[in-house]
Amino acid sequence: MALMKPVRSVGIVGYGAYVPRYRLASAEIGELWTDGNAITPVKQKSVPGLDEDVATMSIEAARNALRRATGVAPDKLGAVWVGSESHPYAVKPTSTIVAEALGATPHTQAADWQFACKAGTEALQAAIGFVGSGMSDYALAIGMDAAQGRPGDALEYTAGAGGAAFLVGPAESAIAEFEGSVSYVTDTPDFWRRQHERFPEHSGRFTGEPAYFHHITSAARELLDQTGLHPADFRYAIFHQPNAKFPLKVGEDLGFTRAQIEPGLLVNEIGNTYAGSSMIGLTAVLDIAAPGDRILLVSFGSGAGSDAFSIRMKETVDHHGAPATRDYVRRSLMINYATYSRFKENYKLN
Amino acid sequence: MEVARFWRTTGQRYQLTGEVCPNCGNKIFPPRDVCPACEHEAKTPYTFSGKGEVYSYSTIHAAPEGFEKYVPYTVALVRLEEGPLITAQLTDVDTKDVKVGMPVEMVTRVLREDGERGMLVYGYKFRPVLAGPR
Amino acid sequence: MRDVSIIGIGQVEVGEHWDKSLRELGYYALNAAMRDARIQHIDSLYVGNMLAGELTGQEHIGSIIADFAGLRGIEAVKVEAACGSGAAALRMGYVAVAGGLSDIVAVMGVEKMTDRQGNTVTSALAMAADGDYEALHGLSFVSINALLMRRYMHEHGYSKDDFAPFAINAHANAVNNPYAMFHSPITQKQFTESKMIADPVSLLDSSPIADGAACVILAPTAIAKEFSEKPVRVRASAIATDSVAVHDRRDPLFLEGGAISAQKAYSMAGIGPADIDLFEVHDAFTIMSALSLEAAGFAPRGKGVALAQEGQITRGGRIPITTMGGLKARGHPVGATGMYQIVELATQLRGEAGKNQIANARLGMAQNIGGSGATVVTTILESGN
Repeated sequence: MALMKPVRSVGIVGYGAYVPRYRLASAEIGELWTDGNAITPVKQKSVPGLDEDVATMSIEAARNALRRATGVAPDKLGAVWVGSESHPYAVKPTSTIVAEALGATPHTQAADWQFACKAGTEALQAAIGFVGSGMSDYALAIGMDAAQGRPGDALEYTAGAGGAAFLVGPAESAIAEFEGSVSYVTDTPDFWRRQHERFPEHSGRFTGEPAYFHHITSAARELLDQTGLHPADFRYAIFHQPNAKFPLKVGEDLGFTRAQIEPGLLVNEIGNTYAGSSMIGLTAVLDIAAPGDRILLVSFGSGAGSDAFSIRMKETVDHHGAPATRDYVRRSLMINYATYSRFKENYKLN
Repeated sequence: MEVARFWRTTGQRYQLTGEVCPNCGNKIFPPRDVCPACEHEAKTPYTFSGKGEVYSYSTIHAAPEGFEKYVPYTVALVRLEEGPLITAQLTDVDTKDVKVGMPVEMVTRVLREDGERGMLVYGYKFRPVLAGPR
Repeated sequence: MRDVSIIGIGQVEVGEHWDKSLRELGYYALNAAMRDARIQHIDSLYVGNMLAGELTGQEHIGSIIADFAGLRGIEAVKVEAACGSGAAALRMGYVAVAGGLSDIVAVMGVEKMTDRQGNTVTSALAMAADGDYEALHGLSFVSINALLMRRYMHEHGYSKDDFAPFAINAHANAVNNPYAMFHSPITQKQFTESKMIADPVSLLDSSPIADGAACVILAPTAIAKEFSEKPVRVRASAIATDSVAVHDRRDPLFLEGGAISAQKAYSMAGIGPADIDLFEVHDAFTIMSALSLEAAGFAPRGKGVALAQEGQITRGGRIPITTMGGLKARGHPVGATGMYQIVELATQLRGEAGKNQIANARLGMAQNIGGSGATVVTTILESGN
């Protein structure tokens, strides 16, 4: 399979992250359901406030992206795409809410994307094609989630909230350029949520080897093959972050070091932000990367598939007051399980 | 459900779009089409920066219908940097930390749900300024 | 224009009338006022009311009450200006009599609030505020007053406790008013320790929700003595408006509507604040008493609270306020409140206020406020003795 590369070179013109303010410690969950005997996959996770959802979080991440994209007026956005598995409406686009709030309406392409945790990077890959083909100069790709985990389930420890927005535009005006990407998908049912169900189901340890590891390593190896690059050619590598262990393990399998992975590894602090997970990791790396640095980004979405990207840093980022990703990570207020249950509306009020 | 009522003012609530008076330059929010300063017709849209400071605040424990699940929550009068005073909720803040004069910035959040099956009403709230890097 | 007088007054006790409907409350007050004026018939009825539709499911209450009172056929309409509905209705009745279109006019304020509970009432009251730009953001009516009180404290350097004299005075005066909701005095300590509702507004800053109805009969002064030995002249009735939303005011801490309506009233009566012997303020919240005193010219800006602290608002003070308990202790059946103020002023000016009588009261003023100052009705009455 050939490397996916657009006719004209495109890159990241602006980017922005968002993480809600609240955090729930894994220990707090473990205390409730296992008398403290749980093996906790992360230290803590982010929890959205009662007035937050994928639309509001996407709006803030997108506003941050536009602040960094000097001179790109909102009405220049040819597309506003939101990838998520927790869109606020079952039917009615999130993307129109976001586009309206940004001032991108009405002459824009708005759509919601869905592919479990890969929904954000597929929007990003489509944005590369959209801009790279010349259909538009700018496209906004967002990966954002307010993830659901059934109380007491393993997913409850990690299901976090947050994500990132990327403004894709011509490489000439970009801070980082896309060198190429690949996508690798199969029908592998490791995790799903049926229509009208509130919480997702997963197939336990099956989510590991045949799902997460197989798809990420396959996509990453294909990208390395097609580009002729080696792990040592990358300054940073970001892999989908469902827990603190998997991304380090998959990186090791592929020949990447902790030093390459850790700058973009946020899962221990904010949990798994699903469609936002690998993308917000990329924002943390862009905050610190220097011109010339090469970055590997590999997502994973259940069901299952991975998108892999090679990105080359071009310019030093001018933030124009947009908060750094680590600013959001640091902004944290620990809450207890009762408050968490209230925020997740797990108490019946009516 | 009051769909049309909320839809009509979407731009104001999502983006903080008001008006600027073409005669005296006064910035107006909420939009009112007639400048309160010089009474000239003012229909030129103007999008506010969203920066301001707390003019006054209070905390609501007994909420009106539709806001019950959010209690306690903090409401405020915010003086926008362009001049107008605006009424809104504060978010991502503990009331004990709020002070008159505290710098705040606009964020777009869920204001309320129009019933369990109705639309979600989004709009402006304000929060303590989240400082950017460098 | 004809000079107008009040020839009859009537009221029901303010409180929780579980067993009485809105039309019954209205009828009792109307009947009491008509008996007081010794009349069997009226030309028209103006009903001040804010929330009949929202809280009792019944609009069209002008006809409902007229019919229930056995007055089918007369002119009867509802007048609405939020919490200022009562005195706004008085203004309409005054215009009708003064203009010569009606001779004997009943003006009533009535409200039935206890058929609904909790946040339904909270939401209904919030309709006095700006629906799209205040209420949609989750503000309750209490919280809007709290925003004003906080800013007032900030700008003028008062503490929350400094507002206590307003509530203490109101409760002290309500003790001797048989129509008042509360008959228990309160102390500074109780005020300090009272439950916070919307910081800095606590329970004892706030007037209670209640049912009630109060009514007066108006007639041309020229024939007033035919009906009453002690008619009370309406020297002025003036309405002024301001923005409904506090954020739209030129200065949120100055009731411009209050100042304009007071000035109009003073000018109609040809007098000034120094001539006023007692002042029924709209003390829905303690902050409103301070702002009303300032707007009406009884205290300079920021000195309304100081005036109360100096004891000048009590029965023996320079300007006695809430002489029968005010909204705070008589109770605040919102659309009826303005007419309770008028009935109480008339009681004082007829010299029938008992232990609460203000000695030699000749000129009394009331200010009834809709919302947080968007409609302000100022009425000046004069003893006919």
